[in-house]
Formats: sequence, C-alpha cells, structure tokens
Amino acid sequence: MARLNINGKFLDVDVEEDTPLLWVIRDHVGLTGTKYGCGVGQCGACTLHVDGVATRSCALPVSAVTADQKIVTIEGLGADKPHPVQEVWAELDVAQCGYCQVGMIMAVSSLLAQNAKPSEDDIRSEISNICRCGTYPRVLAGVQLAAQRMAANKG
Amino acid sequence: MNTKTLSRGDVAPSSVSRRSFLAGAAAASFVLGFTIPPRMSAAAQEATAEVNAWVVIHPDDSIQIRIARAEMGQGSLTGLAQLVAEELECDWSKVGFDLVSPHENLKRGKVWRDMSTGGSRAIRGSQEYVRTAGAAARSMLVQAAAQGWGVKPEECTVAKGVITHAASKRSTTYGAVAAAANKIAPPAQVQLKDPRTWTIAGQPLKRLDTRDKLNGSLVYGMDIRLPGMLVAIPKACPVHGGKLKSFDAAAVSKMHGVKHVLRVDDETVAVVADTFWRAKTALDALPVVWDEGDNAKVSSETIAAKLRDGLSAETNFVGNKTGDAKVVLAKASRVIEADYSFPYQNHAPMEVMSATIRWTPERCEMWGPTQVAEAALEAVAAASGLPIESCVVHPMRIGGSFGRRLVTDYVRIAVLIAKQIPDVPVKMMWTREEDMVQGRFHPVTQCRMRAALDQAGNVEALHMRISGQSIMAYMRPSVMTANGDPIAFQGLMPGGAEMAIGYTFPNLLIDHAMYNPHVRPGAWRGVNLNQNAVYLECFVDELAHATGQDPLAFRRKLMANHPKHLAVLEAAAKGIGWDSKPPAGVYRGLAQVMGFGSYVAAAAEVSVTKGRLRIHRIVAATDPGHVVNPQQIEAQIAGSFVYGLSAMLYGECTVKDGRIEQENFDSYNVMRLDEMPEVKVITVPSGGFWGGVGEPTIAVAAPAVLNAVFAATGKRVRNLPLKNIDLGTS
Repeated sequence: MARLNINGKFLDVDVEEDTPLLWVIRDHVGLTGTKYGCGVGQCGACTLHVDGVATRSCALPVSAVTADQKIVTIEGLGADKPHPVQEVWAELDVAQCGYCQVGMIMAVSSLLAQNAKPSEDDIRSEISNICRCGTYPRVLAGVQLAAQRMAANKG
Repeated sequence: MNTKTLSRGDVAPSSVSRRSFLAGAAAASFVLGFTIPPRMSAAAQEATAEVNAWVVIHPDDSIQIRIARAEMGQGSLTGLAQLVAEELECDWSKVGFDLVSPHENLKRGKVWRDMSTGGSRAIRGSQEYVRTAGAAARSMLVQAAAQGWGVKPEECTVAKGVITHAASKRSTTYGAVAAAANKIAPPAQVQLKDPRTWTIAGQPLKRLDTRDKLNGSLVYGMDIRLPGMLVAIPKACPVHGGKLKSFDAAAVSKMHGVKHVLRVDDETVAVVADTFWRAKTALDALPVVWDEGDNAKVSSETIAAKLRDGLSAETNFVGNKTGDAKVVLAKASRVIEADYSFPYQNHAPMEVMSATIRWTPERCEMWGPTQVAEAALEAVAAASGLPIESCVVHPMRIGGSFGRRLVTDYVRIAVLIAKQIPDVPVKMMWTREEDMVQGRFHPVTQCRMRAALDQAGNVEALHMRISGQSIMAYMRPSVMTANGDPIAFQGLMPGGAEMAIGYTFPNLLIDHAMYNPHVRPGAWRGVNLNQNAVYLECFVDELAHATGQDPLAFRRKLMANHPKHLAVLEAAAKGIGWDSKPPAGVYRGLAQVMGFGSYVAAAAEVSVTKGRLRIHRIVAATDPGHVVNPQQIEAQIAGSFVYGLSAMLYGECTVKDGRIEQENFDSYNVMRLDEMPEVKVITVPSGGFWGGVGEPTIAVAAPAVLNAVFAATGKRVRNLPLKNIDLGTS
C-alpha cells in the first residue's frame, strides 16, 4: 500500500513496492497521459514532476516516493488553465505523433520553472527526451517562446 | 486538462472515431456508456448528417471530414481534410475529423478506397478522389438549397459554407441543407479547382489533431482501459524462426495479479495479468526453453560474409542498364572502386506495438494502431477463426510508426491471446525490449561501386552492385518478380514518376544479388532509398574528389538530362551558399535523390574537432509537385533529418547467436536535441505531378553529412553508423 499526492489529491494505492511510479499512475490511478517509452529512464516519455522537478517515472519504484512529495502529471499541469508551454506548443504546432510530447512538456515546464531564461545550450543539454518524429527544431523554438511569454506575464 | 480524469474508471478511446463506436450495438453497450451520451440513435444521426462518405455536416454547421489513411504524426490527416475542405468551400474553423474503420469500408463497398498508409502515399494516393468528394458534396449542398428556394443551382454562390442566391437575397448554411443534400444524387462529374487558386489547401494551417496531444487526453492504443480488461505481454523466440519448446507456468502463476500463462503460437508465450507491471514481472521470471534452431549460429559477421560474396556473384537482376559497363570497366585505364555497407535498423517508434482485443465465439473486436487497417481486419479474421463480417477494427491515432505497423504480426498475436480468454477484453502490450528484438528491420545491404574514368575525369562507366536483403521477399512475396524485389532499386531506376536516378552515365549497370538472412525485414521510413542514396551520392562525391572537381560542378555535368533532380540540388546548394566560402573550420557536402515521387536534395555544413562531429546547418530542397500544407512539409523534412541522422550516427542492430543484440535506447541510441542542426527547408513545387513528403528526404540526410565529413577530415565513411568510426586526426 502506498499513499501518494497526485495532482493535489491524496490517493492510496495497493501495489507492490517495486512497482515503478509510471505504472502506479497509469494502471492503478488511471491517468494515462504519462507514457511508457522505454522503461529504463532513457527516453523521457514518462516524465512527470516530483516537487516541481522533472522526473522519469518508469524506473522509479513507488516506494521511493513519499506522501509529502507532490506529484504532478500532464493531467495536473494545465488543470486550471493551459500552461504557457502547452499554449506555445499549440501555437507552433510542435507535436507530430504527440506520444513523446507530454513528457517533453513536463520536462520543459520544469526547466523553465528553475531557469527562467535558459540559453540555447541550456535547452539543448537539459531537454534530452527522445522524439522519433523529429520535432526538435520546434521544441527548441517553443522553449524559447514560452520563456519569453512567461517573463512577459510576470511583468 | 482537468482532474476529473482521476475519478474516471475507464478510458475509452474517444479520440477514435466516435461514429465507429456508435456504429455497432455491441460496441456501444460495451464501451460507450461512459463517454458519449446516447442522444439519438447512431443511424438517425448519421442519416441526417452525411452528405457523402467523406463529408458529414451537422445542423450546427460543424463538419467532420472522414479520414481513411492512418495518422501516425506525419500530418496527412490535416492535409487530406484541407483538400476536401478546399473543394467543399466550407468554413475551415468548423472542420473536425473522424477516422474511418475498415469493417465499415468493407460493408460500404470500399467507398473510402485504400486505407493503407505507407510509401508516402497518404496525400498523393488519395488527393484526386478526396478533392472530387469535396466538390461533389458542395454541388449537392448547393443543389439542395436551390431546390428549396426553387431556383437554379448555377445562380447560387458559396463562401465559407454559406450558400447565397443573390437575386432573391436569400442565404442559408451547409448545416441547414445537409440532410436534404444527402438525398440528392451525386453529380456525374465535377471540375476540380486549379491548385493555383487554392485558399485552404496549400496554406500553412495548423494541424487538426493537436489539442489532445498536449494535455494527455489523447488515448493511444497503449492507453486503452476497458471494464474487466486484462493486460497481456508476449515474448517470442528471440531468434527469428525459432520455436517455443516449453515454459514452466507453475513457477509464476501464483504471482500477484497473474491470471494466465499462455502458449500463443509455436514461437510465442504470454503472461496475462491485471496490470502491465505484474505481467512483466511474471514474464521476466518465467522459465522458458526455446528451440532456436540453426539460425542461432548466425551473427553479423556471418551475414556480412555472405553479403560480401554477393558483391561479386553472378546475378541477372538488373535495375538499370545502358551500354556495357562491365566491358568498359575491364578496359579502363583508371578505375575507382569502393565497398559500402548499411546495417539493420529498428523503427523504434515511441509507442511500442499494442492491440486491444475482445474475442467472443460470435465476434472479434480490435482497438489499436495500424498503418494497414484493412490488412489488420483480415488478420483479426484469420486469427480469430471468425468470418470477416463478424470482425471489427477501430484504428487509432498512432504514436509514431515509420513503417513498422505496415505488418500485422502484433495484431495476430493479440487475437491469439484474447481468443484463449473469451469475453474478456485483453490489451496486449509489448515491452520496449520485445519491440526492439521482434522488429521488422531495415534490411542489411552492402554495395560495390566501380567507375571507369577517362583522362579528363569524365565517368565512362559505372557499375553499382547491391548485395542485400529483400524486404518484399519476406513482407509481400506475391509482388516479387522472377528476378528479385521490385523496390530494390529505389532512386536508381532509368525513369518513371516514382524513383528515377538523377544521372546519365554513358555505360551503366545497376544490379542486385539477393541474400535473405533469417532476421525479418520491413519497410523502414525511406525504405531502400536510404542505402541506395548513401551508396550513389557518396560515391559520386568520391569521383568528384578523385578527379579534382567541385562536387556540384561534377554533378551538373551528369545531371543535364535530369532537370528536376538538378533544380532541387541547385536550390539546396544556393541555400547553403555553395559559391561562397564557409566559415573557418566548417565544411560542406551535398546529396540529391528522387524517391516516392518527389525530388529532394540537401546541403550540410559540419565541423570535426578532435574527432567530434558537429552538424551545424542543413539546407533541404524539395519538389513534391504540389504543396498541400507548407508548414507540415517543413515539419516532415526537419523530422526526416532526425530520423536519417539518427541512423547515420548511431543506428545499428547487430546479430549475435541469431538474436538482435540491441534491446533498448541505451544500446540503440538516437539523436536528441543536443545534436540537432539548424534545418532550413526550401520547397520548390513545380506542379504537374504529386510526390510524397514523409520519406524521401531521409535518404539525403546521411550522404550530405558524410560528404561534408570527408571535406572536413579526408576520411571517407563507407560503413554506417558513424559511432563505430574514429574521425580523429590520427
């Protein structure tokens, strides 16, 4: 049994403690926005936030997460209103198949929360999620535009 | 994008054809209760809204354009809708889409034609009939309004879905007359618009299918959840062609959540559990004995040795022949010769194989991704043991595919599992490891290039011998010719509208010796164009350098008879600034090819510092004849470089003891954002033909960069991938 705080709600789930957080969220909680890509922390499709930090959930046992850690999934990111990264992603038509983009958006929103003005090199080294469709040029442009938007909104 | 999803019990794929779920009573009762409130009966709703098979218009003027080709990220869904909407003259802001199901297509006499989605054919293969459908619907809608008013249709005009009869100052909307239009006979013929007058097609419109990809609400095949559903994970003999000898079900059947341990077929076992992780944990612990057979003796080395034999073997499979290249080469004073190779690649789509099946003795239903919906339906029927009329396939939007789902192996396995658990919906999911090992691989080939040169540095003869695996011999044996695989010579054919070579040599022989290892091949985005372009474009570059000629000037001489090929090459060269010097330490390379009906070229700028390659910039030029959505073409072409350069840099599946060795992205690396060059896309549509966009550019990615690498280092890379090559200045 594990107690988790997911998107602002406490949930008790009956799972083996070695179950990766990804599968707890997908199969037990029923939130399928967070994707399975590789299962070994390589591709980033399973990225979510743990206390605001982008975390690859596919190889993270649920026992490593405590109830006082706030987990936010893609479903929680823009729950009240779309996150600026989601808005920019729509504006630039970033997604192709879209499968990796939820993880990409979680990685980017976490990066921008910690580094409001990332340089191009920062973005290139920090965002290591795999996209097989090859959306990287628009991802790069999207991060830069979202950073500008978020800075302007803060005024 | 709300937390309501937390409380939802089950996720039905509402992103899939809403109508297709409504279509069957069983489907409706099975899946629907919780997603779509049944307002009126499906039949009633359809009857009032369908103008023709492609166009559905609701009373509120919202429009659904039916899409029969698979959408896997390539964007053709939006392009096809644009083509219909252009002729329909509707309001684009009211356009949505609906995916067609193959069982409905079968029932309605293939009214949506060919649903298969490969060969960069989604747009070019359907443009004429979808435009015609849009034009026919427009005509029927206008006629319905005119009849209602008692005026002549030709007195009416249409703009953005509003029909106007100016003389009587009356107007109405498509939504108001759609039901009446449905009863009007389609016009015998329609006049399609001149593409130069397009206002919806040809425009850089946003995709129609983006929103639910950004908030996690799009239900992919991997995401389906149905009441009472179980999860199955299969494992097939890792040596292709090997057999499942035995497994010890008792060793894992008591593990938490495990429901079944099943023999699927003579080479596959599966564990069925209540969740993915429990199924996987049990499968990993399951003792399995394989009968790997003789293929277990095969390795990359043994395959390479056989392919090497093919470089000089006798063959009568000739793709292109002019004069007598062998005789000229035998007598030539100067011969340049080089051997190349291209390894196995896995498609590695982000979404691995999956399919959800519910089998009963009367009916078999599938939800899942496929590039060949009709073949998937046939596979469901064959594996289920039911007549095809009792089978249903709901194709879903796909998380990347690149050719992998042109085959239905995973559909068959899913049905064979579900058939053993009647009435229970079973979601079969592969692990990434299974997906990597049981891929349908980009075929392995080698190539021997030999050219005879005269004193002035002109090519007198060229012999290109490809030695390699045939995709079609495995995938579609019925299309094999007496001599070999009809797509072996992509980009090398003497002419035609699909895959013609862009050079003229006075003596030319391009031939192929086939050797088919046991590793199962497939159509990997770009297919045989990929290696053929590496071989020819790098070797042409070798000849230019060997004779001290500029690679562009050298190509121009060979391309005089190929103006469309040359035009894109010139556009790419101009775009990179070929005539001006690159920045210090930066070097350039070129490549061009024709494939999938389009002409493409690339110019790359690279630097190599202490053995480390950096790709700075690529300029790509494309002539696809017509442009339906320029910003989606740009996305496809930029993405093509990611796919092509991933293969060039890292892509290699090796064979040891008969098995593919690479099981995940840690050993099968792909390009990421840190290595992504700037890509500039130049589109030069010359009209008069329809070419594809999703694939051809992949083929110029590697040779353009490899030719730049030679310019930078003097090292000619002839064996991919680059990760195995030391570019250091030793």
